[in-house]
Amino acid sequence: MEPLIRVRGLSKRFGPGCDRCLDSTGPEHDTNVCPHCDSVTACSDLSFDLFPDEALGIVGESGSGKSTLVRLLHFEWEASGGSMELHRGGAAALWPEIFADQDQFSANLLTMSQFQKRQIRNALMGIVYQNPHLGLRMQVSSGGNIAERLLGAGWRNIAGMRERAAELLERTEIPVRRMDEPPCNFSGGMQQRVQIAKALSNKPLILLLDEVTTGLDLSVQARVLDLIRNLRREFKLSMLVVSHDLGVVNLLCQRTMVLKSGRVVEEGLTDQILQDPQHRYTQLLVASQL
Amino acid sequence: MITVDNLSKNFLLHILGEKRIEACRAVSFRVPPGGFLGLSGPSGTGKSTVLKCLYRTYLPTGGAIRYDSAAWGPVDLATLPDRAVIDLRHREMGYVSQFLKVIPRVSALDVVMEPILTRNGVSREAARQRATRLLEQLRIPRHLFDAYPATFSGGEQQRVNIARAVSWKPRLLLLDEPTASLDRGSVEIVLDILKEMRGEGTTMIGIFHDTALLESVTDSVYSIC
Repeated sequence: MEPLIRVRGLSKRFGPGCDRCLDSTGPEHDTNVCPHCDSVTACSDLSFDLFPDEALGIVGESGSGKSTLVRLLHFEWEASGGSMELHRGGAAALWPEIFADQDQFSANLLTMSQFQKRQIRNALMGIVYQNPHLGLRMQVSSGGNIAERLLGAGWRNIAGMRERAAELLERTEIPVRRMDEPPCNFSGGMQQRVQIAKALSNKPLILLLDEVTTGLDLSVQARVLDLIRNLRREFKLSMLVVSHDLGVVNLLCQRTMVLKSGRVVEEGLTDQILQDPQHRYTQLLVASQL
Repeated sequence: MITVDNLSKNFLLHILGEKRIEACRAVSFRVPPGGFLGLSGPSGTGKSTVLKCLYRTYLPTGGAIRYDSAAWGPVDLATLPDRAVIDLRHREMGYVSQFLKVIPRVSALDVVMEPILTRNGVSREAARQRATRLLEQLRIPRHLFDAYPATFSGGEQQRVNIARAVSWKPRLLLLDEPTASLDRGSVEIVLDILKEMRGEGTTMIGIFHDTALLESVTDSVYSIC
């Protein structure tokens, strides 16, 4: 089976950078700050495939580059290097211009124009942030939040958008009679579910989940995870699940990648990562789990 | 069907000052299609390790695990890429652990239905029927079908575990002490189910604590010591 997206050599550096940045940072130095020029190598040379209907886990401590990865893939930040390519099956009909004649994969999405990136993002991706303030306009009604996303994806009919918003809110267990209330009136768990509804509104192929259960209390965490599990089965989504919680990736993901100081230190089947971790850091991570 | 050749597994524990633990070494055996091999040996000799290497929960350190898969032809499970292992686990390779490890907040019936639904391409109703039949056969009381197995007794959990593992009829089934926490009556029922599956051609490799049991259900035994 061919991957849905192919990511190669993805890197992000903050600061001027120098010749010694790459050799002086990384897991063996336990830092991503270059001692010679103070530049931060947030991530370096990340390569992976995401397959259709697959949930890939990304774990690592804070500062390991997990969120950087998500922001680069969501085109929020400009990558310093590397490529992200889309398989023909995912999108060839929408943007024939990004596929060269016979190639199975598109040109590098990361170097496309802002306009094209926005189009691709609106049509293919959904994102749920740890902090609902990043994903939602807190003062705008929940229905309006979803409508905004639908407008971006090309919807124009108000009644149709309202109907779709109601359907999604119901699916994510938000009472539809509250769809005209702004998310700032809602509890943390409800805000997270509005974010999920919004992320799913354009029927994305790829859902990016950035620490979606972090900071929620246990019973609410459980409901959000149940929801994600059910939605994945129903919509056959490909997901990138970023979490520092091994329990979350164990529940949702078949494969997992472990990041440390901006580098991949290990990747494998999730049960193998948890029961037979190879890298020193992964062993520490697994041994530290409660 | 499956040929294990000189399999070894060491754990290198970096966080314990590079401590090396040898879990098994020089394990070699063959299981013909439809065969049932038992693994025997005192506890701590690496029986579970061997099964986990076959299922690739552990990465083998050395040796080869040649498996004639239906989907991919002959493969070496010791070095097969992750994605292919996931595919084999999905299509043909089942594993019964010593303890039930299920997704929280999923009912017993759904736990057993889930692999049938995702693997066998049957309707919800057909999956429900098969799951119900299995749970009844394993004497799980009907009023527990919609309860969460996490709250069940040890024996009930293990029976749900077995129902889940056999429900979708895998082609190769790895069994790690499936009868350890069961009473005599339940053991008999489980053995009947395994016999039925063998009748349908499933190849099995299993660990049983009880040596008399081991010898009665398997058709050959490999001793690890």
